[in-house]
Amino acid sequence: MSRAGTIARRSFLIGSAALLGGVAFGVYAAKRPFANPNLTGVSDGAVSFNPWVIVTPEKVVLIAPHGDKGQGIFSAQAALIAEELDIDPARAEVSFGVPDRAYYNRVIADAAVPIKSIDTGATAELLRDVMGGVAKLLLPMQITGGSTAIPDSYDKLRRAGAVARETLKRAAANRTGVAVGDLRSENGAVILPDGSTIPYTDLASDAARIEPVTDVTLRDPSEWRLLGKPMQRLDIVAKSTGTQAYGLDHALDGMLHATVRTNPRQGGELLGFDASAAKAMRGVHKVLEIPGGIAVVADNTWRAFQAAEAVNCDWGLAPYPAEQVDHWAEIEQSFTDDRLNAKPRDDGDVDTAEGAELRAEYRAPYVAHAPLEPLNATILVTDTRADIWTGHQIPGFAAQFVADITGIDRENVHLHNQFMGGSFGHRLEFDVIRQAAEIGRQMRGTPIKLTYRREEDVAHDYPRHITMGRGRGKTANGRVVALDLQLAAPSVIASQMGRMGLSVPGPDAQLHEGAWDNPYGNLAHQRVRSYRVPELAPVSSWRSVGAAPNGFIFDTLLDELIHQAGADPLEERLRLMDHDVSRKVLEAVGEMSSWGSPLPAGSGRGVAFVISFGVPVAEVVEVTQTESGIRLDKAWIAADVGRVIDPVNLQNLAQGGMIFGLGHAMNCEITYADGMAEQSNYDSHAGMRLYQCPTIEFRALENGPKIRGFGEPPVPPAAPALGNAIFAATGQRIRELPFNRHIDFV
Amino acid sequence: MKFTVNGTARQVDVEDDMPLLWILRDALGITGPKYGCGIAQCGACTVLMDGDAVRSCQITSDMLEGADITTIEGLGTPQALHAVQAAWIEHQVAQCGYCQSGQIVQAAALLARDPAPSDAAIDDEMSGNLCRCGTYPRIRAAIRTASRTLQEG
Ligand code: FES
Ligand code: FES
Repeated sequence: MSRAGTIARRSFLIGSAALLGGVAFGVYAAKRPFANPNLTGVSDGAVSFNPWVIVTPEKVVLIAPHGDKGQGIFSAQAALIAEELDIDPARAEVSFGVPDRAYYNRVIADAAVPIKSIDTGATAELLRDVMGGVAKLLLPMQITGGSTAIPDSYDKLRRAGAVARETLKRAAANRTGVAVGDLRSENGAVILPDGSTIPYTDLASDAARIEPVTDVTLRDPSEWRLLGKPMQRLDIVAKSTGTQAYGLDHALDGMLHATVRTNPRQGGELLGFDASAAKAMRGVHKVLEIPGGIAVVADNTWRAFQAAEAVNCDWGLAPYPAEQVDHWAEIEQSFTDDRLNAKPRDDGDVDTAEGAELRAEYRAPYVAHAPLEPLNATILVTDTRADIWTGHQIPGFAAQFVADITGIDRENVHLHNQFMGGSFGHRLEFDVIRQAAEIGRQMRGTPIKLTYRREEDVAHDYPRHITMGRGRGKTANGRVVALDLQLAAPSVIASQMGRMGLSVPGPDAQLHEGAWDNPYGNLAHQRVRSYRVPELAPVSSWRSVGAAPNGFIFDTLLDELIHQAGADPLEERLRLMDHDVSRKVLEAVGEMSSWGSPLPAGSGRGVAFVISFGVPVAEVVEVTQTESGIRLDKAWIAADVGRVIDPVNLQNLAQGGMIFGLGHAMNCEITYADGMAEQSNYDSHAGMRLYQCPTIEFRALENGPKIRGFGEPPVPPAAPALGNAIFAATGQRIRELPFNRHIDFV
Repeated sequence: MKFTVNGTARQVDVEDDMPLLWILRDALGITGPKYGCGIAQCGACTVLMDGDAVRSCQITSDMLEGADITTIEGLGTPQALHAVQAAWIEHQVAQCGYCQSGQIVQAAALLARDPAPSDAAIDDEMSGNLCRCGTYPRIRAAIRTASRTLQEG
């Protein structure tokens, strides 16, 4: 008997299961790589033999394993399943489910494949499949990141819905004697030829007894009812009424409140501490020593905060250069053969190409993620199990850390993933998880909510890596003829994976992402080389990772060359492109922004184009020089995502991503002095505020051959578009972020 | 300390310098107001105090005697939405949503004072409320919609 059949029979045999009914459907019944996590721990007699759809006599449950940090993927996953299942997602129960390897991300490894993300030829796809397969075997990781949630889910979840629908129809056919071909499905029910309906929930126990129908065909997009049309996010009412619960809002009976203070020199030691004053403060239960610092446990969050500040700590030195200038000095010394990471592009001959030369150097700083909800986790550790409520992008790893630290078996660690108040990559880190586990281990039986003070959060942000670029190029006859870029930065992936106990062999693709994989095939002489700087301050993935600094540097260099050539910034970029999908994106933004139309004196337009995560994105910014500084007037963004799932949410991501890119380019950096970040809160690292926000128009194109995620791609072109606009308006070329080091903004 | 929250009389015994934000969240279990910065830089904690939008992380308990506090929960509920909340839903403003309690309360205070605010007045009023997800274009649009609703109503 097939494995699926065995499970179905077992479901049937589990006591009252068949009576109470309940069935779960998934995709790859025959060839699924991992067991279905819904088999354990289901309650009320509901049985389950697949990962994404559960039907019980009471309800239909859709599992949305990708975490929601604000990007709307909770709703999008439900919609993908519901489209094929024929159910209103608002009438189903939608859950993040339990962390499990069955929810491994198939496409996350694509970014590591040494082929251009826009290359979708057969060989490239084969290589991706092989690499994805390897990643699956070696590192079956349930991860939300890298703008992969949509591409990872697109087929998988629709198929899960289709399998469930067809199996329910088969169950209805068996019950009624009507041929499957004469049955329809709609709105959570199977419809008989006479118009009568059988709700899916009524069919649950029947469906549990049959083999799932896995031979399904996905509907053509022209038949879609939900996808591709404006949808209302499932979380929108809660998020507009203060009723959405985030990790920070979790409460348990008898819960105490904790905060931590660890060495502000990130990764440095705690040499000693004196907590006598803190311990005497009202409401303080305990001051605990934890790795690298202390934790205070009190009866409310504020008292924990106050007491933590009252502890006298003696901190050790930073395990990296104490002063910012020394970080840059190390990078400056890294353009050497022995630090060469890769030479991913070397077309023509940049050295012998003839033309007027231009040389320039660029810098992009450390930048904090600083999501508005500070890091937090609520934990309850007993002798036999641990429960943790937190929002995390790699929940399985987080649960494993809890197991390791508390000594509780992994299968008895239950991570309840929470809606996240932003992340931008911050919730890929594990400090807060480890600290909560450590506190829980020391205080077994007491529920504890650990909340970071904002200052602690910024001090331990694991910011975006710093990057330096050295550019050269040549122009002749009004054209750009050669471009040669060297990029140097520490490896984000090595730093981040190192903290997870993993090492990634080979060159780090993020060190040249957003630069080498450009569509300027008509720029016959071009070379991109990346250099790997030894780790400085610990860093991690910041929304769009390497593509943000590299896109800024590459596109600014290109813009400088175009101006030197005397060409039009948009026309020359178009001329250099040999990728049709990209060209249409750039043409769209040109049309939207009325590129070329006259502007008043003191105003200027800048255009930038960057491909990241396979998405070509073009942005135009229009600025005006006022007496008190630069004002951002208008902005436009065009992108090709292959296929639009929800136009409303996509527009929100486009605007938000562009604002994120613009705001950080205007005024955000983390700098180190005495080993500590000099910025500690939103007074010194704000990003954009509402009064600074330009109007932003967005257009989505669907010419690309693959569906793409859009959480990150709007970010990289924003900084160069703004810098190019400032140049157009003022004649001042700023080669360093943030721009407010050199110019004021109103 | 006696004061009113969302129409209910409340009494707490806490230190004089304990902020209203933590009284609401930890002592009273009212979690709509959020902690973002603690230093009046983000506005996530915004509530109405006697009708004015204030940063609850900056209002200490010794300022609360007799005060009338309204949080996002008191403004409206999923079943009975305030016009500003309805506009926020119509425009699907929220991404992560963490800042939105504060944004909505701030916008409600603005519209109560100035039912038809100019673009400049909206910019002035809302610029202390940080949105790290960048929902500003939708916030502006939702305020204009709510303004129309309130004037028609
Ligand atoms: S928490 Fe009060 S303004 Fe940020
Ligand atoms: S919606 Fe995320 S901070 Fe505003």
